[in-house]
Amino acid sequence: MTESKCVGCTGSYTRDEKWDQLDEVMAKHKALEGALIMILHRAQLIFGYLPEDVQRYVAKSLNIPLADVYGVTTFYSSFSLTPRGKHRIAVCMGTACYVRGAGDLLTAFEKALGVKVGQTTTDGLFTLEASRCIGACGLAPVLTVGEDVYGNIMSAERVPDILRKYRAEKQQSEKVGLC
Amino acid sequence: MERIKLTIDGAPVEVDPGSTVLDAARKAGVHVPTLCFHPELRLEGSCRLCVVEIEGMQSLAASCVYPASSGMRVRTNSEVVRKTRKSIVELLLANHPQDCLVCPRHGTCELQEVSHQLGVRKVRFKNDARALAQDQSSVAVVRDPNKCILCGRCIRICEQVQKVSAIGLAGRGSKAVVTTPFGHGLAEGPCVACGQCIKVCPVAALKEADATEQTWRALSDPTLHTVVQVAPAVRAALGEEFGMRPGALVTEKLVTSLRKLGFNQVFDTQFGADLTIVEEGHELLRRLNESKHLPLITSCSPGWVKYAEHFCPEMLEHLSTCKSPQQMLGALVKTYYAEKIGVMPSNIFHVAIMPCTAKKFEASRPEMGRDGVRDVDAVLTTRELAAMLKEAGIDFANLPDSEFDLPLGMSSGAGGIFGVTGGVTEAVLRSVTELKTGKELEEIEFQGVRGFAGVREAVIALNGMTLKVAIVNSLGQAEKLLKKVKQGEAEYHFIEIMGCPSGCIGGGGQPFSKDPEIKHKRAAALYRQDHMKRVRKSHENPAIRELYRTFIGDPNGEKAHALLHTHYHARPRY
Ligand code: SF4
Ligand code: SF4
Ligand code: SF4
Repeated sequence: MTESKCVGCTGSYTRDEKWDQLDEVMAKHKALEGALIMILHRAQLIFGYLPEDVQRYVAKSLNIPLADVYGVTTFYSSFSLTPRGKHRIAVCMGTACYVRGAGDLLTAFEKALGVKVGQTTTDGLFTLEASRCIGACGLAPVLTVGEDVYGNIMSAERVPDILRKYRAEKQQSEKVGLC
Repeated sequence: MERIKLTIDGAPVEVDPGSTVLDAARKAGVHVPTLCFHPELRLEGSCRLCVVEIEGMQSLAASCVYPASSGMRVRTNSEVVRKTRKSIVELLLANHPQDCLVCPRHGTCELQEVSHQLGVRKVRFKNDARALAQDQSSVAVVRDPNKCILCGRCIRICEQVQKVSAIGLAGRGSKAVVTTPFGHGLAEGPCVACGQCIKVCPVAALKEADATEQTWRALSDPTLHTVVQVAPAVRAALGEEFGMRPGALVTEKLVTSLRKLGFNQVFDTQFGADLTIVEEGHELLRRLNESKHLPLITSCSPGWVKYAEHFCPEMLEHLSTCKSPQQMLGALVKTYYAEKIGVMPSNIFHVAIMPCTAKKFEASRPEMGRDGVRDVDAVLTTRELAAMLKEAGIDFANLPDSEFDLPLGMSSGAGGIFGVTGGVTEAVLRSVTELKTGKELEEIEFQGVRGFAGVREAVIALNGMTLKVAIVNSLGQAEKLLKKVKQGEAEYHFIEIMGCPSGCIGGGGQPFSKDPEIKHKRAAALYRQDHMKRVRKSHENPAIRELYRTFIGDPNGEKAHALLHTHYHARPRY
């Protein structure tokens, strides 16, 4: 399953391959109920985000107004209209985390990455987000990077360490030519 | 089915099954304030201003969507109801710019009205008005998202009635906005400029693109010769803006008022309509003869034309090539009339007063002019004209009467009923039957094509053949009918399509009205005008005959084609 491995990875498929995949997804789901959300979800897996022309293409193929598609893609926070980084950093802003300094943590990430919440670094490696309570209050303040969970991050000084790990990974994968 | 019996504030009331609590309250004569509710649109229940207390229920109910049932006891004005409504309005005001005094909807704004009605005297929340950019991309409709209260009425009319869906709700929570996809602006998408969204917007979040400033400038420029034309539907509605009875026909005062504003010549779009009928009548006869490109579909509604270009380009060859009355008259003003008075077309400033916002778009189409000079330089809506007259301090209701200038101000009754759905068909029939049979019509009123149903059909005997016609108002109805035509389920020779519900009298540039009978009243005014006219058939208008004799030559001839006909092109839907 190369597909799941390359989620969010830019440059792993050529453009045409991605559109072919989208066509396949559409052919499969078009007639089903709730097709739109399903198709958009898959389209995001294929393209890494939902560019304008993809949304336009989906609307046209389903013969529905573009305004409807845009309404859906901007309603659900899981859809992204801008390219997302390879790693999604989500700092929990639930009450428990917040009172234990999650705000400072977020600011530290913003400084270290040179982006604001919701933005992606220019190298395409990180997207910084503030998340709602993820239910791990015992570990507050808590943050996730992709699937990895980091708890009890009491000091913003740990931020560079965390980032270093993923930057190193990138160099690794470039060497072995993964993705 | 059994009627529903309930009480509203203690008073018993009976309503039909399927009624809402709001229906029952209105029946009982109780005023319940609303904002997202609109009688012509599907229910939404999102603003919750219409909440009422229903005995036995834990929470308040939105009466506009809550079904009435027997035995219900409803209270519409208890303390908790009043307090809740006030809080709702306060929350809206807290997100709203505080510039009522300089707002175009000052006086016609529904938010102002409910706030005043509910006695909101202070807002307990901090003002948090947004500062988003206005969408000024369209030449017809301007969106000001800062004033939007998210009632959704514009989205619903655009989607449900017009089947365009140029705008929608995007984002969620405090970031929700009504916008075009990707915020690209109305000019980028399939918006047909009909302005129906403006008509239902309770506030100033939607308005027409301003043409008053340009018109004022032209009127005070001594080097310009100013000419104005007025559409039929305007004279049936303008009086409303000056406290006159809805349905008052104000033609003669209107002419006087335009002279007072400073226009050098006051012409009648109805002359253009008569010309359109003669050209389109001949076009229909020719297509019937050649059995080609039938049905012939009318092209005088620019909202419909733009819709066809975006949504059914495969039908474009069915559209009449005739320009609309506005543009036919426009072409004549900048050629025939300009030659006659010996003034360069570029020194004539030609304003059209229209019930319509799409006319602004039509006038801006590059093919509507020659040598870089537009045929119609500015289009004012009925509302914009009213605003100018008020600014000029003209006491409209008490003006003396006067007549249009000749020859381009002379019209038949047929040219006037253009302003109501079915009118073009009736006018065409009056001329075509006579042109085809050579005999004078005995009964010139075609009652069968009148009325307001979304789609109407009629069959007319025409010298041995039967002419099948269909009449459509609103684009949603057009979509439905055209689908049938395309699938071969319906066959016609002639289809009249008006982009707006009830035709031009219900256009997107008309005065805001809450009168449920308004379309009947405005239509009655135009039928009354028709009745009073000496000439009631377009081809019998002496000024039209003179024009053909001295200037145009044959109907559908070479000169007619150069000046009075046009072409269309496909536009993207996505
Ligand atoms: S839209 Fe209504 S409430 Fe808002 S500023 Fe204008 S008049 Fe005032
Ligand atoms: S002008 Fe007409 S088509 Fe355009 S957004 Fe408004 S209702 Fe829709
Ligand atoms: S633009 Fe007007 S009609 Fe549309 S949602 Fe906003 S307030 Fe309502």
